[in-house]
Amino acid sequence: MSREITISVFKFDPRDKASKPEFVDYKMQEDPGMSLFIALNKIRETLDDDLSFDFVCRAGICGSCAMIVNGKPTLACKTLTSQFKDGHIKLMPMPSFELIKDLSVNTGKWMDGMSKRVESWIHSSKEMDYTKLEDKVEPDVAQEVFELDRCIECGICVAGCGTKAVNENFVGAVGLNRVARFQIDPNDERTDADFYELVGDDDGIFGCMSLMGCEDNCPKDLPLQNRIAYMRNKLIQVGKQK
Amino acid sequence: MKINYCDTLVVGGGLAGLRAAIVARQRGLNVKVISLVPVKRSHSAAAQGGMQASLGNSNKAEGDNEDVHFIDTVKGSDWGCDQRVARMFAQTAPKAIRQLAHWGVPWSRVKEGDKTAVIDTKKVTITETKEAHGLINSRDFGGTKKWRTCYTADGTGHSMLYGVANKALGEDVDIEDRKELISLIVENGICYGGVVRDLISGELSAYVAKGTLIATGGYGRLYRVTTNAVICDGSAHATVMEAGGTLGNMEAVQFHPTPIVPSGILLTEGCRGDGGVLRDADGYRFMPDYEPEKKDLASRDVVSRRMLEHIAKGKGVDSPYGKHLWLDISILGREHVEKNLRDIQDIAMSFNGIDPADENGKGWMPVRPAQHYSMGGIRTKETGELTTLKGAYSCGESACWDLHGFNRLGGNSVGEAIVSGMIVGEYLADYCENSDINISTASIESHIKKQKDYLQSILDRPKGESAHELKKEMQDVMDAKVGVFRNGPHLEEAVRELEDILKRSNNISVEGSKSLTSANPGLDSAYRVHKMIKVALTVAKGALDRTESRGAHTREDFPKRDDEKWLKRTITSWANENDTLPTVSYEDLDVNTMEIPPSYRGYGKKGLIIDHPDTWERKEVVSRIKEQLIADGSDRYAIQDALMPYELPSNYKERNRRLGDSGDE
Ligand SMILES: Cc1cc2nc3c(=O)[nH]c(=O)nc-3n(C[C@H](O)[C@H](O)[C@H](O)COP(=O)(O)OP(=O)(O)OC[C@H]3O[C@@H](n4cnc5c(N)ncnc54)[C@H](O)[C@@H]3O)c2cc1C
Ligand code: SF4
Ligand code: FES
Repeated sequence: MSREITISVFKFDPRDKASKPEFVDYKMQEDPGMSLFIALNKIRETLDDDLSFDFVCRAGICGSCAMIVNGKPTLACKTLTSQFKDGHIKLMPMPSFELIKDLSVNTGKWMDGMSKRVESWIHSSKEMDYTKLEDKVEPDVAQEVFELDRCIECGICVAGCGTKAVNENFVGAVGLNRVARFQIDPNDERTDADFYELVGDDDGIFGCMSLMGCEDNCPKDLPLQNRIAYMRNKLIQVGKQK
Repeated sequence: MKINYCDTLVVGGGLAGLRAAIVARQRGLNVKVISLVPVKRSHSAAAQGGMQASLGNSNKAEGDNEDVHFIDTVKGSDWGCDQRVARMFAQTAPKAIRQLAHWGVPWSRVKEGDKTAVIDTKKVTITETKEAHGLINSRDFGGTKKWRTCYTADGTGHSMLYGVANKALGEDVDIEDRKELISLIVENGICYGGVVRDLISGELSAYVAKGTLIATGGYGRLYRVTTNAVICDGSAHATVMEAGGTLGNMEAVQFHPTPIVPSGILLTEGCRGDGGVLRDADGYRFMPDYEPEKKDLASRDVVSRRMLEHIAKGKGVDSPYGKHLWLDISILGREHVEKNLRDIQDIAMSFNGIDPADENGKGWMPVRPAQHYSMGGIRTKETGELTTLKGAYSCGESACWDLHGFNRLGGNSVGEAIVSGMIVGEYLADYCENSDINISTASIESHIKKQKDYLQSILDRPKGESAHELKKEMQDVMDAKVGVFRNGPHLEEAVRELEDILKRSNNISVEGSKSLTSANPGLDSAYRVHKMIKVALTVAKGALDRTESRGAHTREDFPKRDDEKWLKRTITSWANENDTLPTVSYEDLDVNTMEIPPSYRGYGKKGLIIDHPDTWERKEVVSRIKEQLIADGSDRYAIQDALMPYELPSNYKERNRRLGDSGDE
């Protein structure tokens, strides 16, 4: 026997003057193995074709679908409805990002800004000849870079961040992790002093209050606090020499 | 009405679109990229297993080169591909991957010394040399002679896409997301960009350009059970047909053997490449019985068919979601699973509650074939330009450039996305540098107005058909009748039913919001579904008319590959707006210019091929040329050039150096 579940969804269209923020309850029969991806699409297909939300890969890979599920920022596609014992699920859009409509927020725009701010690309002056053998990289170093490269820009660490809640300009764990990623990448010629210019202030590495809202919720289990501490130590050394 | 001008408009921000945009930007053009979603969320991010390039660094890749990669690709395609394109690809791939390494893609690297691998369920020791230490590593994938698939654990697509997207940011490429192309602007047979809908504000505007690239990915969502992301709906393929472009080989659809049941989320081929195996209801490893040589790592179409055959023999495992088989990677050991197949473990745990590293059958994952890749697509020339529409180009999965013919090899599609982005990007930039925008503002505005009136007419429609319902019906038809095994009667039904669904889709209405000036998911579905049904018809009709079996296209009523009648590419188009069926024509493949004339692909029984009348003569010519040049002391490059000359832009044709090359050859 399947049970009935209630999904309570925040609805609001900031572009429509007549729209008022409200929660709308949708009731449905729960299917075995039902995820919030399946449930929300069922709502759109059978109950409300105007409900906005974002899914792309529906497999926890692309970072599109983060939202606040019963108070916790998480990837909706990887959340099974069966884990909510009382059958009540409350969904809200993530704070800290521009609201597009209902559960859809503009994480893309924010991440773009972050990427430009930390100059999230390899800085290399080397002229390469790609017909020749590639530069060697220590296997363990490549693996380490990959570990930090796994961030999917879902925004959960930003939504869960206490620092960000009080400091609008904080670059977020995602931004600091990104800096750490390029710092250890042998292709990148930037020095610690260069990274200091980008994030060596209270909106960056010295802003983090170590509240752990990022690491506790990161769906990729990135070692965020550890990397932030590592970068902080590096950049303190730069600061000392200034 | 708003009109944006640029030199080059790139529609699609996956690997293909972004890579081409970088070329155009580096050539000094003013480029705009638009995408349905933030570009780093494009479906390319989902590729797990890797990219093929013949670097030949690791022990099991020794002796690899572009010739071997080329042969594997042509065989894999069941001789349906364009061999010149396959050459262009194989030659450029090593450069592409080395460049990506420099851009920061953290490819797994070779480690000197002994390591254990699982081959054929047995542990073996592989020894890597000191010289190879630190070079890019590769793993085994289906249908390849060498271990050629370069990877970053099982997050290859993600790392590649981030590498390329970050590079695009660094090059200051102008990227706009949540923007959808809904029609192309064509005047006098030349394409000048398109009409674009802003998915946040609902606003329609024109993006006018000298040259336009369509890199919108595949059409997997025509099927319900698919590994593809929800945005891979193929609606842009219809948009291209509506503007006078054509589609090639749409019936060539790949089904992957091992998506997990029931969600259809992919478990990469790397699972079997690394040594995992398929098992049946009795826990028996059945693939060696069917394919003694390649076993679990036979080509994808072959493994998918064998699995369904085995289920039909009563060896499937029962479940509420139908019968399935098992994929066992526990034999690789927990350490390997947790390091190299971590995303797989995460998927199995999150969606099925299974830890695949668990031993004694507990970790086996339920799998069954599902739609995975679109070999067919927007038909282009070798330069990427559409065959029937000047100024419009296509590359990546959305295109039928024709690298893959009737089956593409694992690891060749992220490769195609990048490599075709590089090559087509250069040809597109040439075009943009040498052309002008010859279209009046009034004409552009009339294009916008036409789309606006169309969308408004959908919103104004009182209660009509439901887009969701029609989409469901379409997907049911595609899953049931245009799947792995096909036959005439089912395909005839499919075409008839889809035609009926298409007619009904002219009457789709929107239940909820009637707003044209804000995000409106109801409206999104309404116009997309209508386009999707058209594309579904090109797949079903192409499959019905092709009375042979080739690669992934398997006709139960025509089991032979018929080179005599079917060594040709299916071309579908939409001649008139009010047509209810696509127009079908064909393009011949010329045996007399093939570097490798058609032959046995190496799977199943021999004698399942009807030869083309020119095949044997071409074989003779090829072997004569080869013998003569070898006798003259010519090298492999000269032989290749004599058999099938081809061109490449930039310096892509230069020889690829490998470990052990003297360096001055
Ligand atoms: C689960 C999975 C695993 C895979 N694993 C591998 C692998 O290991 N190796 C391999 O070689 N291949 C793999 N593939 C295939 C490979 O990932 C794709 O073929 C390739 O990434 C396609 O790249 P693309 O740039 O052509 O398209 P995509 O990455 O799909 O990008 C399409 C882009 O077009 C945009 N778009 C679409 N329509 C519109 C429109 N109308 N207007 C504006 N923008 C639009 C989208 O927003 C997106 O940015 C895998 C595929 C899947 C499904
Ligand atoms: S660091 Fe983790 S939580 Fe933050 S954006 Fe990246 S993946 Fe998401
Ligand atoms: S939809 Fe891609 S992570 Fe959820």
